[in-house]
Amino acid sequence: MRVQRIWTDERARGVILQLLLILALLLVLAFIVSNTVANLQRAGLASGYGFLGSTASFDINQRLIQYDSTSTYGRAFVVGGLNTILVACLGILAATIIGFVAGVMRLSRNFFISRIVGAYVEFTRNVPLLIQIIFWWVVILALPKVRDGISFGDTLFLNNRGVRLPAPIIEDGAGIILVALALGIAITWQIARRARKRQDETGQIFPVVRTGFALIIGLPLVTYFLAGSPIDFDIPVAGKFNLKGGFNITPELVALWVALSTYTGAFIAEVVRAGILSVGKGQTEASGALGLRPGLTMRKIILPQALRVIIPPLTSQYLNLTKNSSLAVAIGYQDIVSIGDTIMNQSGQALEVISIYMLFYLTISVLTSLFMNWYNARIALVER
Amino acid sequence: MSDTAFHRRQAEMLPSRPAPAGQTGAVGWMRANLFSSPFNILLTLISLFLLWSIIPPAFDWAFFDAEFVGTSRDDCVGGAGACWAWIDQRIDQFVYGFYPAESRWRVNLAVLLLIPALAWVLIEKAPGARYGRWFALFYPVIATLLLVGGLGLEEVTTDKFGGFMLNLVAGLAGIVLSLPIGILLALGRRSKLPVVRVVSVTFIEVIRGVPLITLLFVAIVILNLFLPQNVSLDQLARVMIMVTLFASAYIAEVIRGGLQAIPAGQYEAAQAMGLGYWKMMRLIILPQALKISIPGIVNTFIGLFKDTTLVIIIGLFDILGQARLLQTNPEWIGEVDHETYVLASVFFFVICFSMSRYSIGLEKRLDTSGR
Repeated sequence: MRVQRIWTDERARGVILQLLLILALLLVLAFIVSNTVANLQRAGLASGYGFLGSTASFDINQRLIQYDSTSTYGRAFVVGGLNTILVACLGILAATIIGFVAGVMRLSRNFFISRIVGAYVEFTRNVPLLIQIIFWWVVILALPKVRDGISFGDTLFLNNRGVRLPAPIIEDGAGIILVALALGIAITWQIARRARKRQDETGQIFPVVRTGFALIIGLPLVTYFLAGSPIDFDIPVAGKFNLKGGFNITPELVALWVALSTYTGAFIAEVVRAGILSVGKGQTEASGALGLRPGLTMRKIILPQALRVIIPPLTSQYLNLTKNSSLAVAIGYQDIVSIGDTIMNQSGQALEVISIYMLFYLTISVLTSLFMNWYNARIALVER
Repeated sequence: MSDTAFHRRQAEMLPSRPAPAGQTGAVGWMRANLFSSPFNILLTLISLFLLWSIIPPAFDWAFFDAEFVGTSRDDCVGGAGACWAWIDQRIDQFVYGFYPAESRWRVNLAVLLLIPALAWVLIEKAPGARYGRWFALFYPVIATLLLVGGLGLEEVTTDKFGGFMLNLVAGLAGIVLSLPIGILLALGRRSKLPVVRVVSVTFIEVIRGVPLITLLFVAIVILNLFLPQNVSLDQLARVMIMVTLFASAYIAEVIRGGLQAIPAGQYEAAQAMGLGYWKMMRLIILPQALKISIPGIVNTFIGLFKDTTLVIIIGLFDILGQARLLQTNPEWIGEVDHETYVLASVFFFVICFSMSRYSIGLEKRLDTSGR
């Protein structure tokens, strides 16, 4: 009788259910931990993160910071993490450009353009990314050898060892160019603020974009020449067997970059298209009635409203791209997963390595969703 | 005077005249869609150039210059086009992996039975739906029996699974098993009990925050550590567990979206009728929420199905694995590097594209906003 009364009380039932759930989870956890400890002991493996301090003794040819085979496992992980972030940033940049251009073009009234872009989007979205990554890799490896590689104006070389670009050599006094760049950006920002204020008050329009471009590109350029060209370029020269000088982007990075940005670009194109379509037709017509030109309508009327719809799925596409960059392991681009795989094989510390993977990716995704929440709150429709 | 004459003349309706020749028919269409402005003309010319430089060479490579018959790479060496001669000999391996040849009819039958099972689930007014739904419910059991063996059928171990069939099996198993887990997780995330909610949110966000490949590493390297010494799971089973967990987190988010779209009045009305939580969910809320979630579920499935190719990284021979095997096979080495990938892409494209069309069609049908 008493038991039944407890069971019919909603609050008591809730407490009991939750206690049972906690108990079950603890039991599962205990089961896993005891098994793991027993298994590790039997295999004679030490657990813990002490191995991060021992020497890695393998090479990484794609690196952003100093690293050689005498460095530690910990440093190898940092190199891998930076490589993941590098390809993610490059990919996000390219995918955004591709996605926005393709999204707008898919809505073009031009029959051919909209169909071609449509075919690109459908094809890329419906074929596994892994096939596309491997395919681009195979394509780049099938490029001509270094001797008969393709060169663009003898400065940029394309061959089966990747892309070779001129490398900047920074000499004394180059810092002033950075200062000039910062100054250009700051002035542009000020001008944009003033111009917006003036437009709000008087309706006069100031060509901010053009002035901004002139300032941001022009100021550093002028400083560069005034300071007596403190940055030199090491232009690659064709040697007997290989190119000399410059710096090389590996085929793996190129393949991964192209595949990730075209794949995610197709998804972003759909997001952008949906965003633009979500803005009512009346907005375009009203803006036309006010006498705004089509370009201005897009920039001032459609996009600000569409962005509110576009940004949330866009961020999740960025996150997907970052996670998808882990497929690098299939072609041997040395990102965090690929380097961790090597370390796992060498040291046998599977549990620790995989926990580092998960921590790395979870940190990125938590940071992204924090940014998302902040941004959403900022641009949320203010209901009056 | 002339004014009135003018009016009198207009009193009778003139017959309507056809639109100017430049605005109708092919010419009009071209003017409106291809040459409406200088920029548009430029776009048209660029696209025509693109088409001209892509399509003829692609067709030449794939069909006109391609080699379709032959028994080894020697028949393809030096040809300008693709080498399709391998398909005749190797397509079975490409599709079924190492599944024993005399038992392949079982795979075919399982795929054939999938069609009515799917039809009864997805098409609302299919005839015989009452019994058909039961068939669909038991389909996974039937399919497992057919594929693995038992009940008089010869047993086939899962390491013989391979090729496109492995992708299908892993993808289908993932989606079927993840649906109930996903529903529970979605309900858990909206639960009033804090512990249930925290557990569900943590699970969903952790799984969604990491790439599938790290979970597959867990399946291969770590899962054995978690289990007692004498228990050892089949490799395919381990992969399926991880794929299922992965998919269930995404499905949970899709279904949560569906649940959020159900107006509060539905919950209140169900409670006013005296229904308890589970009855309310089963009879009132979930049928509506699941229906609007179907497009999202199909999209998740497309993603999951494409992701099944990742199993090659942990050493299973799915369709990409077979492609790699063929590329390094001495009989074909060097001649089929692109061809095998192209064929694999076609397989995926056909299935994923038709599913995405279905989901778009469904979205349009379910869209009651009237826009």
